[in-house]
Amino acid sequence: MTIFSSGHLSVLCVPGVMTTEVGSETDVKKEPEKVPEVPQQTDPVQTDQPDKPADSDAQPASASAAQQEQENPSAEPESQPEASASPEPSSPPAAGSQKKEKGISRFLPPWLKRQKSLSQEKPPESPTQPKSESLKEEEEQKSEPKDQTDGGGAAAPSTEKTEEVKEVKEVKEVKEVKEVKEEESRPEEVLVEVKDKEEEKSIGSADTQPVREEKEAESEAKEGEEKEKEEEKKKEEEQVIEQETSVLSPLKLNKKMKMVVCHVTLLDGSQFSCEVEKRAKGQYLFFEVCEHLNLLEKDYFSLSFKDNAEQRCWLDPTKEIKRQIRNSQWQFAFSVKFYPPDPSQLTEDITRYLLCLQLRQDIASGRLPCSFVTHALLGSYALQAELGDFDPEEHRLDYISDFQFAPNQTKELEEKVVELHKSHRGMTPAQADAQFLENAKKLSMYGVDLHHAKDSEGVDIMLGVCANGLLIYKDRLRINRFAWPKILKISYKRSNFYIKIRPGEAEQFESTVGFKLPNHRAAKRVWKVCVEHHTFFRLMSPEQPTKAKFLTLGSKFRYSGRTQAQTRQASSLIDRPAPYFQRTSSKRISRSLDGAPMVNVSDYSHAVDSALTAGAGENGPALELNSDSKSPQVEVVEKPNAEVATSVTNESAFETDKGGAAAPERKSKLRVQGENIYVRHSNLMLEDLDKTQEDVLKHQASISELKRSFMEATPEPRPSQWDKRLTGSPATTLRLQAQGSAEVKPEVNGQPEVIEVVEETVVIEEVVKAKPKSPAPEAPVTVETQSAAEVKEERSLSSDSESEEEAEYHAQPPSTSVSVQLIKEEPEEEQEVKLIQQAPPTVVESPPITEAEPSEPAPAAEEEKAAAQPEEEACTDKASAATPDDSPNGHALEGEAPPTLRAVAEETEEEPHIVNGSVSRVETEHLPQVICCSEPPVVKTEMVTISDTFAAQKTEISTKEVPIVHTETKTITYEAAQLDGNGDGEPGVLMTAQTITSESLCTTTTTHITKTLKGGLSETRIEKRIVITGDSDIDHDQALAQAIKEAKEQHPDMSVTRVVVHKETELAEDED
Amino acid sequence: MAGLMSGFGGFTHAVVRAIPESLAKEALRTGSLEVDLLKAQKEHDEYVSVLKHRLGLEVVELPADETLPDCVFVEDAAVVCGDTALITRPGAESRRKETEAMKDTLTELGLNIVEMTDESATLDGGDVLFTGREFFVGLSKRTNQRGAEILADTFKDYAVSTVPVQGCLHLKSFCSMAGPDLIAIGSSEAAQKALKIMQQMSDHKYDKLTIPDDLAANCVYMKLPGKGDVLLHCTPEEFPESAKVFEKLKDHMLIPVSNQEKVKVDGALTCCSVLFSKNNNI
Repeated sequence: MTIFSSGHLSVLCVPGVMTTEVGSETDVKKEPEKVPEVPQQTDPVQTDQPDKPADSDAQPASASAAQQEQENPSAEPESQPEASASPEPSSPPAAGSQKKEKGISRFLPPWLKRQKSLSQEKPPESPTQPKSESLKEEEEQKSEPKDQTDGGGAAAPSTEKTEEVKEVKEVKEVKEVKEVKEEESRPEEVLVEVKDKEEEKSIGSADTQPVREEKEAESEAKEGEEKEKEEEKKKEEEQVIEQETSVLSPLKLNKKMKMVVCHVTLLDGSQFSCEVEKRAKGQYLFFEVCEHLNLLEKDYFSLSFKDNAEQRCWLDPTKEIKRQIRNSQWQFAFSVKFYPPDPSQLTEDITRYLLCLQLRQDIASGRLPCSFVTHALLGSYALQAELGDFDPEEHRLDYISDFQFAPNQTKELEEKVVELHKSHRGMTPAQADAQFLENAKKLSMYGVDLHHAKDSEGVDIMLGVCANGLLIYKDRLRINRFAWPKILKISYKRSNFYIKIRPGEAEQFESTVGFKLPNHRAAKRVWKVCVEHHTFFRLMSPEQPTKAKFLTLGSKFRYSGRTQAQTRQASSLIDRPAPYFQRTSSKRISRSLDGAPMVNVSDYSHAVDSALTAGAGENGPALELNSDSKSPQVEVVEKPNAEVATSVTNESAFETDKGGAAAPERKSKLRVQGENIYVRHSNLMLEDLDKTQEDVLKHQASISELKRSFMEATPEPRPSQWDKRLTGSPATTLRLQAQGSAEVKPEVNGQPEVIEVVEETVVIEEVVKAKPKSPAPEAPVTVETQSAAEVKEERSLSSDSESEEEAEYHAQPPSTSVSVQLIKEEPEEEQEVKLIQQAPPTVVESPPITEAEPSEPAPAAEEEKAAAQPEEEACTDKASAATPDDSPNGHALEGEAPPTLRAVAEETEEEPHIVNGSVSRVETEHLPQVICCSEPPVVKTEMVTISDTFAAQKTEISTKEVPIVHTETKTITYEAAQLDGNGDGEPGVLMTAQTITSESLCTTTTTHITKTLKGGLSETRIEKRIVITGDSDIDHDQALAQAIKEAKEQHPDMSVTRVVVHKETELAEDED
Repeated sequence: MAGLMSGFGGFTHAVVRAIPESLAKEALRTGSLEVDLLKAQKEHDEYVSVLKHRLGLEVVELPADETLPDCVFVEDAAVVCGDTALITRPGAESRRKETEAMKDTLTELGLNIVEMTDESATLDGGDVLFTGREFFVGLSKRTNQRGAEILADTFKDYAVSTVPVQGCLHLKSFCSMAGPDLIAIGSSEAAQKALKIMQQMSDHKYDKLTIPDDLAANCVYMKLPGKGDVLLHCTPEEFPESAKVFEKLKDHMLIPVSNQEKVKVDGALTCCSVLFSKNNNI
């Protein structure tokens, strides 16, 4: 679908160009020339590379658009030439084109939209004839040279893809041999800039020239800065000058991007240099490096730098590089961050090769200790991979003396290596790498990130963060281990690092273990590494980095990249011929950079590369969005609850059917990460992948911040909630049965599926609980509030900012976040699928009385309904465990939900739960809301249930008091007779639950997918809640019919078993 | 070309040592039972015979040393993993010299020898449980932290976790490997507690075989070509209930071996041999 949209873009752009040119009379003559070019170019491109994800295609276009936008803002007369100058189809921002773009923009991912919107904002003034004439001439020149360089002029600038970009870069390096070339390069540069934009909103893309200049002389970065200052005032002057030299100059005027040259040490020891904009974010550089390496499975890798204390720090992709490295050099190392526990599952050899290089480094440096024999064995595989078969002629004993196999390499070791090398005859490099990894992965310190620390008694220990959890070493001995499931919370405060441990079977209370790190930064570093490892290896999808709370405190850092599960998914989609890559001689490592590769030149299959990158892995943009969504939300809590509940059931499921016999695939709910949506994870997805993704993207843009954070909200399981659930919900019973222990938290030995990832603000929590911990030290309240208020600033601040004295990270049991391993283990069983289609067309009109926060009512209402419905089900069909799990949510929701919503009648049955829910609420930050909730607003309610099967169980209830609010709610339930025939009396176990929300103009669709395990059968239940908000003129019946129809179409293999219509109308206007 | 951690239990060689007459009276023991020397020697002969004849291992028999009453328990003198042998420094002073003969023998057999020279370190092989994936070292009266560290330094490929041992002599006084990833564990509280610790410390999930009697939980597992899984375990006469548990291991070749006398001086089945493989050597 994206492809389509991109196609549209390009097409539209072309006309737009024409129009602009047409506007300028002088241009008219020349236009015809261009016009023919454009269409031709665009078409071939698309046809040639249909595989490319639309994103990549779209980027160029958007990029050009972005250029214009940026140019326009400065849109002084000077900028005009640019507009015309950017001869390429997309460039002309004519008024007519703008409109078209609007239409198109709907189909574009949010980030594209942004740019477009900017472009729309552009003043249409752009066409200024005088300059444009000269420009056009230049353009002509440009186009010709392009043909030369591109060979046949295959790609029009707008359609050019990243490949071309790179070519351009090369051209740039060649420098301005001809002005013409510069002009050519322009479009490409634009593209580059676009990337920047995607990653950084703030940066203007316009300055292409600085880039070139710097490339010419990399050291000149500073000059760029100076230029910036001068920019605005001198724009015109510069333009004139630049125009003389090249068309590009105008771009400079708008914003000068100061470019900095980054030096990245690659795993083979070579240096990669790359220009980045000074304010570029980490991911920009990282992607550049990955592209250079032709690496697709990049999520295991990252860039690191040395801080002032010579400590290795990971470059946060979401933050500006500059702010992270501070005063350090722009010198980075590309390395493995997450060591895949099973490298054989990597898709591409090139990834394994890079991992091998990393491990060889680790081994040679002593970071990965191994025995003599292992040194020899691994060394021999390395030799085989690098040199091929042993050749007695060529390989004399000293041939390996340049290789380093071990920290202290002995002659004896080398002899052993050679001996083993001989035995590998016939093994291909890839096989040798695989063998290398098969052995290396078994090493006990494989993938363990060690940090010096002291225990509570001041004894020197090491903290080892790895895929499975946190390891504690004293000297070389492992003295303790905390698997992720055991850890409830990770936090740091000043130079202390804490983990809160889930109580064991026999224990009553959680315990907190503290470690003393050398300093604050070290503590934070460990904390971050833990957060990242937990997320990467343990969760299905990253949790949203920031959750808005009333009080936020400490670092909001979250891992925002792909999890291992996601990256595996993504790499399973890699479909390219194995890329060729050069195995650099490791001998060079010790020597130096003679092998330093070409800068900015990338080799092969870039098209694929970039395409995949764009399509699959846009961690980047997603991050931005995430950071944006920091609006305070009440609803956030609700979901967490759900997750907690889920986790409970998950655990019990595990314990009961250990051996994973019946656990259906535990997939997780969809997480909408900014623009990055991993639909693939859900095999339940409603639509095919592309569609869903697109839809979500589409919706995402318009979704309110509130909603977004709601969706991504991470649960905050509180102990008390556990208790509640245990006592109050069916899940509890299960749990108790399964475990037979009085303890609420059963997971001790079990592979607790439940990892809680809770975020900060523990201070409050603790206060409320009146826990032994003294709230005082933790809460310099003023500071905290400030930080909360300054969310946005913080975002941009480097993660190391000292203000973040402390932070916490709760390992959560997101229903979603089933451990990766578990996912694998569980065979998918036949699924009895039911579709519960709930289409409550509702006119939500919040009575003035009730709502405190104007912005929230709508979402809250939705959710409440969402929550409420499950409860209903729980009543009617006791069978499904899923619902019971959901019901806690519901209660929770109700607890918090704005009073209006509580009008729903069904809730009465569950009142006790509600109480629970609200109680648990109390401990969270949401105190204020809780209070409102306990007292339902006075509303007249009416509920009608039509049910073939379980109607009897429904109760009709109306509040006793006379309605003050002129609101009426009506709920009608239609149920199919077969509903839950299997489930009677047999409680199920919730396997997964996911919720997707999308929103359009007047409807909000929340899709909640739950998988439950009942006996041996797993059941998938999809609930769609469609909230139609609007005036009375909406045809509800039609909307309902449409919704049902769509549901059926989307899931032909499922049946609609239940339809609940819930209407809320203002009495005065119309009574239904 | 076996790689790391392959072929657990695939032993080819065994080092054993004869029972000195001094064992009956002088051997260390936690209890105060008297040992019938002749019976003990007969038991031991049977044990060696099983290794040599029934299982076809290459058995190296060291002569008894009367000055070393405990010398029959060779396991404590060396820990062999892969082609590397760590010569221990036994916790009991009277047993320190047992290592000499062991060292010579293992050297002759071509193993890489690492000696524990640190005078502050003590380690009994009986406190070392090798699961095929990692080591657990019991911290007991005989084994201290330093000893465990040296073991960790010696076998760098493997995780080495420490397990506090209380109430009995060695870690392996109540547990042992009964198969790949299968830990035989006694039922006592101490044993179960130790198992919990081991489970917590390990990234790997082991199966457990709970044996009613702690002492019976010490068995000898091998995986031998042509014979498959082999398990030397207690006899029904000694531990009827525990023997039944072992008998449920249908896939194993089960060989009950009597250990009635040696157990009086805290000798368990694993104590009487050092098993290793020379094929495993890369």
